[in-house]
Amino acid sequence: MEILVCARRVPDTSENEIELNAAGNDIEREEFVYSVNEADNYAVEEALQIRDRVGGNVTVVTVDGEDGEEILRRQLAMGANQAALVSDELFNGSDGKGIATILKAFVEKAHYDLILAGVQADDGAAQVGGMLAAMLDYPFASLVNSITVEDRKLKVSREIEGGNREMNEIDLPCVLSIQTGINEPRYVGMRGIRQVASVPIPALAASDLGVDNGAVGEAAAKVKRVDYFIAAAGKGAEMLHGSREENADRVLELVAAKGGLK
Amino acid sequence: MPRIFVYIVHRGGVVDDSAAELVAAAKKIDATAVPTAILTGFGPELEAACSSLSSGFGEIWKVANAALVYPNGELVRQALVRVLPSGSIVLVSHDHFGIDLSPGLSIKLNSAFASDVLTIDGIEGNSLKLARQEFGGQVNTHVRCDISSGAVINIRPGAFKPLANLPAAGVVVDKSSEVGTLVARRRYLETIVAEAGDVDITKHSVLVSIGRGIQEKDNVALAEELAEVLGAAVSCSRPVVDAKWMAKSRQVGSSGKTVKPKVYLACGISGAFQHLAGIKGSPFLIAINKNPKAPIFQVADVGIVDDLLEFLPELTNKARELRGVAAK
Repeated sequence: MEILVCARRVPDTSENEIELNAAGNDIEREEFVYSVNEADNYAVEEALQIRDRVGGNVTVVTVDGEDGEEILRRQLAMGANQAALVSDELFNGSDGKGIATILKAFVEKAHYDLILAGVQADDGAAQVGGMLAAMLDYPFASLVNSITVEDRKLKVSREIEGGNREMNEIDLPCVLSIQTGINEPRYVGMRGIRQVASVPIPALAASDLGVDNGAVGEAAAKVKRVDYFIAAAGKGAEMLHGSREENADRVLELVAAKGGLK
Repeated sequence: MPRIFVYIVHRGGVVDDSAAELVAAAKKIDATAVPTAILTGFGPELEAACSSLSSGFGEIWKVANAALVYPNGELVRQALVRVLPSGSIVLVSHDHFGIDLSPGLSIKLNSAFASDVLTIDGIEGNSLKLARQEFGGQVNTHVRCDISSGAVINIRPGAFKPLANLPAAGVVVDKSSEVGTLVARRRYLETIVAEAGDVDITKHSVLVSIGRGIQEKDNVALAEELAEVLGAAVSCSRPVVDAKWMAKSRQVGSSGKTVKPKVYLACGISGAFQHLAGIKGSPFLIAINKNPKAPIFQVADVGIVDDLLEFLPELTNKARELRGVAAK
């Protein structure tokens, strides 16, 4: 099976506190540590496991600047057969539809039976997988948390409310958005990444893919971010500023007072 | 102003609570709007859902087709594309169904897509101003959405308060004949109900709930020890289940269990809305997190900025003293 995984490089929220910049119109990006989007990493692991069961190849693609190569290198170290960086200044400011348009052009340069994307990025909108499927006119399932390969079709479960799972059968080729927790992604150390340091990663521009310039970039975007802001969602907690011991005493008093201790 | 449609989810003939929230959102786009309800399905359950819509809608568009008896996102999308007029604004609840349906629907309708919208902050010409969240609610962002060729807008469940005193709903219009044959390349098979698990977290009055801040599997014991002394249960947020440190049956949130404890100790939980959506009945919420900017502190009653791995053992020791339990 030929499998494509669409992955993205995002700020690692376990390593960064997200704060507004001094002007208040963007978040502070200077000190960010980046990594592959968590759900995309699960998607790559799932693709590798399917390939190892039924044969085929796994390709990972990202739409990014040259820094995107960093996550592709990591996915190669995990075991992806090949990777491609799709990069062009014309793509700057694209909305979700613009990114899906770029990926569609990439998909049409080859043949893939199965296309996976993470369900959502921390700064994303859970949209690109579903949009790409609609543009390709492939069937789509979101929030997928298990995949079984059958003859020219898959059996997949979707995560729905209350921890329940919705079982579906879906024809190939198709696009799936992968939910976190579907598998246990393998660990990749620095040594593994060094081993794939010389694997070539082609960089493809708009002209290489035949992307319609009028359909991507900021000018084509129908949804544009205007600013960032912090809004208090609730009244705010009463913060305890005592010593650790004092705070522990206070918490126990409160648990008892609120009817929690019998 | 384009016509506003509200896609209504229903189960067993009963309309989902999100319907009234979507009407409230429609009124934020245009205070004078009388949105059109659109329901897909088949048989007596669809009829019951259509006739139960009591207020807030102009027309109620009924789309009946045997293939739509289960709300399969692929088939509902095909049906809506054939029925909706071009340039429409379509409001959908941002739940597992809306996530499945809407991005592709916007492509097929050649309209804009706005995802997981929290507030609607006005309209200038064809530009609708909306607010969303990023990074698990650590920051919010305004976006401008060009609605000149229509828009599909997914609304976060619970973000819009249902309105009172709406006019009575209008007539049911049968649109079924416009659908034609639906081609199922994705077929619904069955729903597998979640396993109950060893501990029923929905029955406990105190929950010690752990999130990503617990850092590794071995540290889960710190929460279990505290829970044992307090007579509480340990629950968790999604990252703990994704990492396989606890069973799915312990997860609180929209894709896990809904709990109603008296006291909820959120330990190393950032406070993403999917998690908060699983906490009902307004428990007394105590949050412990080393990040002073964690969104959980906005909704907690009491907050402590501390290292969980130090604070939990201290709390356990104090609880043992209080309860006269010998340390192990």
